[in-house]
Amino acid sequence: MSADPKNHSLLSMTVREALRDGMAEEMHRDTSVFLMGEEVAEYNGAYKVSQGLLDTFGSKRVVDTPITEHGFAGLGVGAAFGGLRPIVEFMTFNFSMQAIDQIINSAAKTLYMSGGQMGCPIVFRGPNGAASRVGAQHSHCYASWYAHCPGLKVISPYSAGDAKALLKAAIRDPNPVIFLENELLYGHTFDDVSSDPEHVLPIGKALIRREGKDVTLIAFSIMVGKALEAAERLSEQGIDAEVIDLRTLRPLDIDTVIQSVKKTNRVVSIEESWPFAGIGSEIAAIMMEHAFDYLDAPVMRVTGADVPMPYAANLEHLALPQVEAIVDAAKAVCYRS
Amino acid sequence: MVHSISPERALKAYGDMLLIRRFEERAAQLYGMGLIAGFCHLYIGQEAVVVGIQSVLKSQDTLITAYRDHGHMLAAGMDPKGVMAELTGRSGGYSKGKGGSMHMFSREKNFFGGHGIVGAQVPIGTGLAFAHKYKEDGGVCITSLGDGAANQGQVYESYNMAALWKLPVVYVIENNGYGMGTSVARSSAGPNYFGRGQGWDIPGEKVDGMEVLKVEEAAMRAVTHARSGKGPYILEMDTYRYRGHSMSDPAKYRSKEEVEGVKETRDPLDHFKVYMLKTLKISESQIKAIEDKIKLVVAEAVEFSKTSPEPDPSELYTDILKEGSTMI
Repeated sequence: MSADPKNHSLLSMTVREALRDGMAEEMHRDTSVFLMGEEVAEYNGAYKVSQGLLDTFGSKRVVDTPITEHGFAGLGVGAAFGGLRPIVEFMTFNFSMQAIDQIINSAAKTLYMSGGQMGCPIVFRGPNGAASRVGAQHSHCYASWYAHCPGLKVISPYSAGDAKALLKAAIRDPNPVIFLENELLYGHTFDDVSSDPEHVLPIGKALIRREGKDVTLIAFSIMVGKALEAAERLSEQGIDAEVIDLRTLRPLDIDTVIQSVKKTNRVVSIEESWPFAGIGSEIAAIMMEHAFDYLDAPVMRVTGADVPMPYAANLEHLALPQVEAIVDAAKAVCYRS
Repeated sequence: MVHSISPERALKAYGDMLLIRRFEERAAQLYGMGLIAGFCHLYIGQEAVVVGIQSVLKSQDTLITAYRDHGHMLAAGMDPKGVMAELTGRSGGYSKGKGGSMHMFSREKNFFGGHGIVGAQVPIGTGLAFAHKYKEDGGVCITSLGDGAANQGQVYESYNMAALWKLPVVYVIENNGYGMGTSVARSSAGPNYFGRGQGWDIPGEKVDGMEVLKVEEAAMRAVTHARSGKGPYILEMDTYRYRGHSMSDPAKYRSKEEVEGVKETRDPLDHFKVYMLKTLKISESQIKAIEDKIKLVVAEAVEFSKTSPEPDPSELYTDILKEGSTMI
């Protein structure tokens, strides 16, 4: 633990606690902020992220919804048009597909279609991607689906400190923000959580979590952890990897990536989702457009297998990127085997 | 049974309906000339619905509908020049030419669109009502939808939440007999839309949507109910559109006789004119004055829609995201 310049300290806590604190601070700060979703109030959250919020703020501001994502996502959009600042929780982002018309057509596009009149200050948040053994319908990662669309901001943090500071930024942002969490990260403890209620991170700024000179590993959310592990193993083999935590997917921090590639000349993009038209595809295209002359090897992507997520433990392990795959990819772009 | 109104209010109601009628007729012409393109859904025949409802609203009330929205906008007091110029895709349009017929809004006049996806406006309107209740501003949201939209699942999700949380929303089902080319009989098993809230104890009534005074009366009941904290209310308006679903629809699914029959026996403007002359004893010359004024207003709107320039190419990349963050 250490103190930051404003006389606030850095605290150690889990991602779920950090998210809860982020929401609570913003709800104290601005009475138009409210939380709605399935089980967020009396159950204290399906994953206990909203623990204690009902007791603190009451049922007007922490609202249990029926199991009707299409309806309550649209209701949230209307409430945002009407001057409130809703946080809409999807129990998992898999269920956001039921609501996706409201997210894209009503929330994302309306500022543009209205010539700038109808902003929609809303946050859609919840766990994204694979959990553990929950099968194909409950393990889908929506990072590239939402990052594809102009009119949205898309954030996917890794650490608890980032989760809190970026969720606060998302709540304060006047645009619709997709905030992709990760169920497996909820219980992880990090010691980078600021106690300063005004500590907010800028949306659209990546973080270099580990500096290195031989290869750039780009990841977001839970894959950052795997990339850091891979970097440790690579350093034992004499390869010094730089790990970039994207934090935000849209807008993507192209500058940080390009600066890194200018130094390392080699890129491995890591994501848990399917390869086709994924975040790695976008990174590869950007490298072609902006950093072609700096590449000493083609961009490599480490992704999940191009299959619906299987239930069996061994198959699920094969379907998701593991540390060895990242190590192998980094060695490949270094032309080492 | 029908409540009476003052001559002043009658002339206003007539003028408001006539503005919509003449505006839409000119819009159809401009479409034929190629000045308006894409989607254009005309409100001709349905004028009494929005005008009757608007007359009972308070300044904080909000309004939302789908894409047959020109009438709603004009009844809410939006500038006909801004609406017509949006139809022609010009920078003087309400959305700077970037939205078109289905995507106009006015925070000033509490009009929240203008939505292109059938039924999507219903949860949004329910959310506007949620905001009224949360902010305790005493406002009601009028959420319009058609007979086609009335089968959408999200409508029933909205009914449930509105009833559960007693939201101040009035759902106005503008039943014009057809969802595009599909008649109510062919789309809906049990088409008493006003009764479909019964499962949630939402009161509903069917109204002759061609009679502006009957619309007003029913709207007053509905809005009073919603505003008092009792929750939602459903009004089903029995109305009719004289033109096709949109400008691209030749409307072969109904007979010419059917359309002419409605025009001759149920036209909202003709009926109200008779009422003004015979019952309110308003003079022909007063009515003519309104008609002349509307002619000028519409002509002005058309002129503006032709002379307003197209948006600057730089507008391609504006209004995608809003700047800033909340400062308290």
